Amino acid sequence: MTQERLISYAECSARERLALLLDPGSFHEWLPPRDRVTSPHLAQLGVPSAFDDGVAVGRAALDGRPVFVAAQEGAFMGGGVGEVHGAKLVGLLRRALRERPAAVLLLLDSGGVRLHEANAGLIAVSEVMRAVLDARDAGIPVIALIGAANGCFGGMGIVARCTDFVVMSDLGRLAMSGPEVIEASHGVEEFDARDRALVWRTSGGKHRWLSGDCDALVEDDAAAFRQAAIAAMAALPASRPVTLDALEAEHALLSNRLALLEGTVADAGGDDALTLWTRLGVADASRIPDLEVADVVSLRPASFGTSQA
Amino acid sequence: MDWKTLTTTLFGSADGLALDGDFLHGEVEFDGAPLTVVGTTNHAPIGVKLALAQARAVLDTVARHPGRPLLLLIDTQGQQLRRRDELLGINRAMAHLGMTIDLARRRGHRVLGLVYDQALSGGFITSGLIADACDALPEAEIRVMRIPAMSRVTKLPEEMLTALSQSNPVFAPGVDNYVAMGGVRRLWTGDLRDALRQALADAPADDRRAIDGAERGGRRLSAGVTQRVLDAA
Repeated sequence: MTQERLISYAECSARERLALLLDPGSFHEWLPPRDRVTSPHLAQLGVPSAFDDGVAVGRAALDGRPVFVAAQEGAFMGGGVGEVHGAKLVGLLRRALRERPAAVLLLLDSGGVRLHEANAGLIAVSEVMRAVLDARDAGIPVIALIGAANGCFGGMGIVARCTDFVVMSDLGRLAMSGPEVIEASHGVEEFDARDRALVWRTSGGKHRWLSGDCDALVEDDAAAFRQAAIAAMAALPASRPVTLDALEAEHALLSNRLALLEGTVADAGGDDALTLWTRLGVADASRIPDLEVADVVSLRPASFGTSQA
Repeated sequence: MDWKTLTTTLFGSADGLALDGDFLHGEVEFDGAPLTVVGTTNHAPIGVKLALAQARAVLDTVARHPGRPLLLLIDTQGQQLRRRDELLGINRAMAHLGMTIDLARRRGHRVLGLVYDQALSGGFITSGLIADACDALPEAEIRVMRIPAMSRVTKLPEEMLTALSQSNPVFAPGVDNYVAMGGVRRLWTGDLRDALRQALADAPADDRRAIDGAERGGRRLSAGVTQRVLDAA
């Protein structure tokens, strides 16, 4: 461990993340803020818009290799995907088909569809999903990095799992519906959104690592994300092919996981992460929330792979 | 329209189809050729289990019946809003369902979505919205959120959203708005068998929804912004 002070990835803005993750000065942005490509729908609602619609896209270098990159800005509309925001992501991924960078990096920070322009956002997220799969089909690896304050939810949580490789910090959250939405729908007994420990062991980085939903678990540190992205690229000379065999293996993994909690009773903790971790083969699961990242990394069941990249 | 009436109208009978809970699946014949049906009923919430059941049916079709067309019959209230499903990685299960459908497309199966009743947000992204094309019945309902709920979440007045939704399809629920935005290719009016025949015949291989949205005036910016990223210096 170095003595250098860590820079919290979670607390950075999107542009700070780009500056710290990529080779210094290498980021070249397409449709930068000075072009003022904003959402007309927010303007119609009288809601302030952003000159980049909450996402920066462009090309850059990472460890000397050419990459395409997108960074969502959670401070603007919670990183929600609107029409323009989504179209920029699609443009980046389609351009990758033409120019074939070594990888496409997605620095995700999003609550999902931007509800102010919900219909357009929903379609846009599905277009992003298809564009990710087109890039992968062309052999271009797509890597998702999740550790920003808004986590990665809704449609973007689906998009993340369509990529080749997911890097998370222990502060990162990856899920579909946020705890507030579930609490509003089914009550505080179903999901107490204020119970931070419960929220993190349901959707946080440690849980996603132990259950095999992310491919690397790192500290909340910008340099650690950079190293993990470099390692991911080294491990992925090309995108992992999405074949029938690969999807059958994925199906078996998800079916086995579902079966682990089949018939368990919620009142007895049967739908708690501690039960799932134990049944996945993690010894002494109750200590996980208190452990350091480095210690959790080594506890992942061998069936998901023990290496970080 | 209920699924039995729909499938009986389309295929002469619903005999080849089975309902397991809210999961609808089976094989039917249309114009003398076999067709796989995968879908849900009863406004089903899509949880991990239902996503996997649909993925299984798609994978089996790809493995056993190369090239056979798939019809996705959509009626869902959206994703299952339960902590257990989140713990089990519902986003991953839904991505898996979407990727099985995408694999089928790439291996030459025509995949057609039909919203025959209701389609919402998470339940729609990894079914109809990832098919070659998604059509809808005119009486179907598609939305992310109703206007009152949208008003609460965005803290914008309901009257304002209602008024704006008259002129801008991105704000308001409704199948016509999804057609205008290109998310739904077309509505099945008139004879349903003719509509299915036509839909199977001209399902596009490329994602042209943003172009449709621009041409129809419901989503004017998307295609242009994507093109600007492609062209930027």
